[in-house]
Amino acid sequence: MSKVSVNLSVNGSQHEVWVFPNDLLLDVLHDELGLADVRYGCGEGVCGTCTVQLDGEPVSACLLFAVQVTGREITTVRGLLGEDDSLHPIQECFLRHGGAQCGFCTPGMILTAHSLAERANRPSRAEIRYELVGNLCRCTGYTKILDAVEEYVDSRPSEGA
Amino acid sequence: MTLETEAVERFRVVGGSPAHHDFVDKVKGSLLYAADWKLPGMLHGKVVRSAVAPGRMVSVDIQEARAIPGVVAVLTAQDVPSNRVVEHASGGLGELTVEMPVLAHDRVRYVGEPVAVVAAVSAEIAEQAAELVAVDYADLPGVFDAEQALREDAPRVHEDGNVLVNWRLSSGDVEAGLAEADVVVEGEYRSQHVEHAYLEPEAGVGWIENGVLTLRVSTQVIEHVTDIAAILELPENKVRVIASYMGGGFGGKEDMTVEPYLALLVWHTKRPVRMIWDRQESMLASTKRHPFVMRYRTGVRRDGTILAQHVDIIGDAGAYPCLSARVLFAGAALSCGPYRTPNASIRSRAVFTNNVPTSAFRGFGAMQVVFGYESQMDRIAERLGLPADEVRRRNFLARGDFIPTGESLETAVAVPETLDRALSRLGERGEPSGPTKRVGRGFACGMQPYGRTIWFYDRASAWLSLLGDGTLLIRTGVTDLGAGQAASLCQIASEILGVALDDISIYIGDTALNPPAGGTFATRQLYMSGNALLTAARELVDRIAPVAAELLDCPADALVFQDGLVRVGKGERLGTGLSLAELVKECGDRGVSTAHLSTWRAEAGTFDPSTGKGGSFPDYTYGTHAADVEVDVETGEVVVLRYVASHDVGRAINPVRVEGQIQGGAMQGLGYALLEDIVLEEGNNVSTLFANYLIPNALDMPDIEVEIVESGEGKGPLGARGIGEPPIAPCAAAIANAITDAIGRRPSRLPMTPERVLELLAEEDQ
Repeated sequence: MSKVSVNLSVNGSQHEVWVFPNDLLLDVLHDELGLADVRYGCGEGVCGTCTVQLDGEPVSACLLFAVQVTGREITTVRGLLGEDDSLHPIQECFLRHGGAQCGFCTPGMILTAHSLAERANRPSRAEIRYELVGNLCRCTGYTKILDAVEEYVDSRPSEGA
Repeated sequence: MTLETEAVERFRVVGGSPAHHDFVDKVKGSLLYAADWKLPGMLHGKVVRSAVAPGRMVSVDIQEARAIPGVVAVLTAQDVPSNRVVEHASGGLGELTVEMPVLAHDRVRYVGEPVAVVAAVSAEIAEQAAELVAVDYADLPGVFDAEQALREDAPRVHEDGNVLVNWRLSSGDVEAGLAEADVVVEGEYRSQHVEHAYLEPEAGVGWIENGVLTLRVSTQVIEHVTDIAAILELPENKVRVIASYMGGGFGGKEDMTVEPYLALLVWHTKRPVRMIWDRQESMLASTKRHPFVMRYRTGVRRDGTILAQHVDIIGDAGAYPCLSARVLFAGAALSCGPYRTPNASIRSRAVFTNNVPTSAFRGFGAMQVVFGYESQMDRIAERLGLPADEVRRRNFLARGDFIPTGESLETAVAVPETLDRALSRLGERGEPSGPTKRVGRGFACGMQPYGRTIWFYDRASAWLSLLGDGTLLIRTGVTDLGAGQAASLCQIASEILGVALDDISIYIGDTALNPPAGGTFATRQLYMSGNALLTAARELVDRIAPVAAELLDCPADALVFQDGLVRVGKGERLGTGLSLAELVKECGDRGVSTAHLSTWRAEAGTFDPSTGKGGSFPDYTYGTHAADVEVDVETGEVVVLRYVASHDVGRAINPVRVEGQIQGGAMQGLGYALLEDIVLEEGNNVSTLFANYLIPNALDMPDIEVEIVESGEGKGPLGARGIGEPPIAPCAAAIANAITDAIGRRPSRLPMTPERVLELLAEEDQ
């Protein structure tokens, strides 16, 4: 097996990387591009610590090959940061509510919640719970994460307003 | 609650919930964990594990693995200088002295036991090579159940026998107490193997720098540096362990994980090596929570007063000792719960089997027994026709009361307040949502120790330095599990020294550069390092205050350290002050050091195993959890409708983080109660996927409602008690009592899955 060249668009930057066809997107992002905010947690697509947004949709980077995502826009949690490394409002909400403990699940959790907020008009707490089932957290018990996401979605202008 | 209003002392920083450095890095995704480290020429390590057990190792062939291009090392037992995982800290506690090899050499005792270790230029090649290490095993008879392992004719896991330790605690005369009782209630309770399931798997990177073997790993205990040095037969000062901020640990990173294997590969290849256990490997081979079999006989008077209790505990230690002796001690010492038990007879045994080893896990033996004693309390109430809370209130321990080890309690026992708060928060009961549904309410009280058993002479050190610009540097060997261990220390320092939190940097977890603080386990870090830091900060103030007093022309006790300034807080010179930067300069001019190291020592004591008497733990954290559940009698499904957790935390240093500990602990406890089960079939783990080992997700459980009680009575800094472990403990009993209330049948086996609830419903009426 030999390496192939792929163009990856990550957080608004273009990267040409040489990968094996069976290299996982997770490993390429983490080890080749140095995006340590995309994390190995289970390799089964269950825990959500490797969540990235692919054209805005949350996906598990451990279940994708890097060669599958050329031409798609990949967003990691660092991509949400503003100019000068300033926090995105959803990150501010997590900070304010203590929605992180060990922090390992946090990037994936934020990306999934952010994607929901972009897609849905003021989702309810029950809808947020449903959306977050693919992001496991072993530390917080979820309550503060839900509080953070709820505040964020409630702070956004509702559709048509 | 009078307890809270009595806590009148005012704090500026403590008691608030500022988001500190670690939180900011966590929401940005910029915190670097153990796997996030890459060095030039770095190799990838992989442990080769036994696929069968028990078995005698007939031959190990590494030729084929070694021949793969890209493989740099394949090491077996003969390559380990001293092939023992030294567990020096538990020395003398176990009745058997049993060694655990780093790499198995003559036989394997559990499935997943390390037999070789590989380093290669890529993780894929390392994995390929690991699969090609050929080990021939001759089958040996195994034993996979702790009770069976106790039988005379059971196969021996170790030559000396299967009982690692047999603790006996006793007080009074239990037979006389039982004879005097109006009613004797018996119960048998069983719990399961459980996985820690921290989301960050075991990981680390090692390299050699200045001739020093350096490991940066996800660990709760950097003090394992001495064990690593012993394995490699290196001087202790030639090994350095750096602890990264952990992505969770819960006790599972208290024993060594990747360290000895990384160390061997780095030392052998002289190259940097990274090792990450994949999730399935972690689930297969990492230590688990002990399954307990608990048998209780409790004698009570007609009014509910406990007269005597007999407790027998059997814990499955798995194939090696790890921390089992201590876990079973904690189980024994706490087996009577927060109740006066004048006559007690307690036996607690850790038993070897050919299952995966069990060891530390949040709650540490003291949590399994809550399911036992709180089920007993409800049974007693049922038998006597008394309200469940009333039976408990008649027996609650209070300050000055004795526990079965013969010690008296030195701080307030605010368990009644937590009971009141939990029950009143639940309020009115709901109605069933359908014809097949039954609702029930249950609660459970508990006590959990914080701090190590006092015969370990525990101590912790912290070092502070006020710098020239008025900022503060803290150095301490603390490891941070993710619970804010480092941030809480910053808050205490800010409170005492008046340095803004943003002006404090803290360096943790490094055996070479930071004063030792002891590991982060036993709910000890706030208690121990918090006291060390508080002491260091106060001593530093005492040293530099006279300089400020001279400059400001006031008595030293009139000074206030606040907002980066030293001000005169009372008297004629009120309002004058100088900045900490100016004070540091003035101290420098006078030769007064603004750096300070302090070591804090916990109370010490001894325990006599022959009499079952003596010192155990420094103090306890008390709490009550209460739940409403709905049981579907057709499917057996249990839905938790409401869940309230109340604990006396002494003082909440950071209330948001305290709430977070309680919510997260309760969620783990609910997983333990209803979902989680490592299923071992003849020692083979069939739950090695997150897809079939279910930890609670965001939909499974309700919000955890928290009621914090602050008695101000803890032995930690500023009256705090530890809160790391306590909130996981009462959950299973609270849910079991609620299910019993709903369906009239009592679960006695965990987890309480729909299948088990249906089995209960199918039982004939007792």
